[in-house]
Amino acid sequence: MNQDNPTMPDKAAAFDQRDRDWYIDKAVQAIVFLGGISAILFIIGIFVFITKEGLGFLLRDFSFSEFFLSPWWEPTDEDEPTYGILALVAGTASVTGLAMLVAIPFSLGAAIYVGEFATGKKREYLKVLVELLAAIPSVVWGFIGLSIMNPLIIELFDVPVGLNVLNAGVILGLMAAPIMTSIAEDALKAVPDRYREAAEALGATRWQVIFKTVVPAAKNGLLGAVLLGVGRGFGETMAVLMATGHAINLPGSVFDSVRALTATIAAELGETAVGSPHYEALFTIGIFLFVVTFIINLSADLIVRGVRNQ
Amino acid sequence: MSMHPLKTSFAVTAIVCAFGVQAADRTVIQNKGSDTLVNVAQAWAEEYQNVDSNVAIAVSGGGSGTGIAAMINGTVDIANASRSMKEKEVKTAKSMGQNPIEHVVGYDALAVFVHGDNPNGTLSIEQMAQIFGRGGKSTAWSDVGAKVPGCGSDEIVVVSRQNNSGTYAYFRKAVLGAAAKKGVISKGSFRMGTLDMHGSKDVVDLVEKTPCAIGYSGLAYATDHVKMACISQETGGSCVSPSVKTASDRSYPIARPLFMYTNGEPQGEIKKYMDWILSDVGQCILVKKGYAPARDVSCG
Repeated sequence: MNQDNPTMPDKAAAFDQRDRDWYIDKAVQAIVFLGGISAILFIIGIFVFITKEGLGFLLRDFSFSEFFLSPWWEPTDEDEPTYGILALVAGTASVTGLAMLVAIPFSLGAAIYVGEFATGKKREYLKVLVELLAAIPSVVWGFIGLSIMNPLIIELFDVPVGLNVLNAGVILGLMAAPIMTSIAEDALKAVPDRYREAAEALGATRWQVIFKTVVPAAKNGLLGAVLLGVGRGFGETMAVLMATGHAINLPGSVFDSVRALTATIAAELGETAVGSPHYEALFTIGIFLFVVTFIINLSADLIVRGVRNQ
Repeated sequence: MSMHPLKTSFAVTAIVCAFGVQAADRTVIQNKGSDTLVNVAQAWAEEYQNVDSNVAIAVSGGGSGTGIAAMINGTVDIANASRSMKEKEVKTAKSMGQNPIEHVVGYDALAVFVHGDNPNGTLSIEQMAQIFGRGGKSTAWSDVGAKVPGCGSDEIVVVSRQNNSGTYAYFRKAVLGAAAKKGVISKGSFRMGTLDMHGSKDVVDLVEKTPCAIGYSGLAYATDHVKMACISQETGGSCVSPSVKTASDRSYPIARPLFMYTNGEPQGEIKKYMDWILSDVGQCILVKKGYAPARDVSCG
């Protein structure tokens, strides 16, 4: 705007122009701001909603020892309904635990290969493929568990049913691996090259560089990746509903059928009268799940953030 | 009614139907609930098109709990159930402005299925309680004196239903509850680790594929690939096989009434439909689908 001798209309036009841009600027700013805080609004809204729906149960029928320590989930018993989630927690925990045993070596190996060894085109293809794997819908994974893994497990291990911890754990491990790979790879990338150079200068082999230098330096980020995988496992519903066998059980081996917390909500919520104790108890499970995944994701986030700030 | 009736919400439909007001061109009756009844409800709905093409009946399953919950929430006109509504549920419904009225539309034999290769053809109520019930002693097929080919582990895989199914509630009461009263098992409820299927058909499908399995479902879901146990009251006593006939004459020990619930005494199109279901034509459709009629009828 430094014309030497602008005429009046030109000046006015320039002003108008700036004015319109200014409004657009403000509008876009407002939209972006709304987009930014919407996540917070939604999360508060959801928390308020599930708390409100589950509150009646928490205040009236809730007994800490029964809820967390009884393995009997029998909300439809006419005489004395029991609302124990111990078996459901055990189901979710066993499936998630096994999933991590499957996913950690896979995703760590994939991240090290993609981040440290693969170069050029190969690396780009691999990254795209890993993301593609993350895009497979969970119901498709459940379908694989039901129709491929189930007969396979029966045949391989000679067990009566193949819908069990092993089936769901493997499925969930494969589902969690891509996101864990992405985050683990980011963590490895965040390790400065001078670490690698220094290690190599000291005569370290490729193996020593990675396992003695890069992985220890990225350990917080890697832990964050694992925790995010755990959060994914805890919250996954459809695949575990289809692959676990949906049996209330305290599993003694990987061949036992179990039932997950999320699957219980999915299977029963649509069939309960709104406002009944059963309905509210399911929402209480929802609150529990929300709190657990919130803590897991928050700690994962804090750990990953910690590594960035170093 | 300016809106197309098919597009009106369930609630509006319910109100319209409850007051017997007919929509301009077509009335939609919402019918939902029991998986046991869903096939016959579907057959009734289709056949009724030939009786009155101005009435459309939308049928869906999901279990008795679903139907009853929908009745309580006021989102259906007719709820199907294979168990009667609990007192508590009736009370909740009344507090929400609904007045559920019970109609018995037929009877169903609850069949106990085992794998086709399972040589064990008879079971007593007590044996079933030992297999299905909490604290029951039978966890292996050898415990009930059977050796099942293809079931190497000998372990009994117990297949049950989700806890708001009417079939689940009936089996629990009629088999486990009765056995608990006699002191056979400690509590009239299911053991831990039963595979809880989400539909009657899923139970039969799983039993068909699993040599070690045992499950229960409505007689109408039987296939040629599974075997139905002959049920006796006492171990070693004479047993009765499930069939339409044995369910009709009440000689089969685990047969139960099937219900339809309406909101208030049925009126208008709903009344016509309910009357038609209980007529000879409606009852014969039920019989053809493998259920026992609510009253004596002779179907050609």
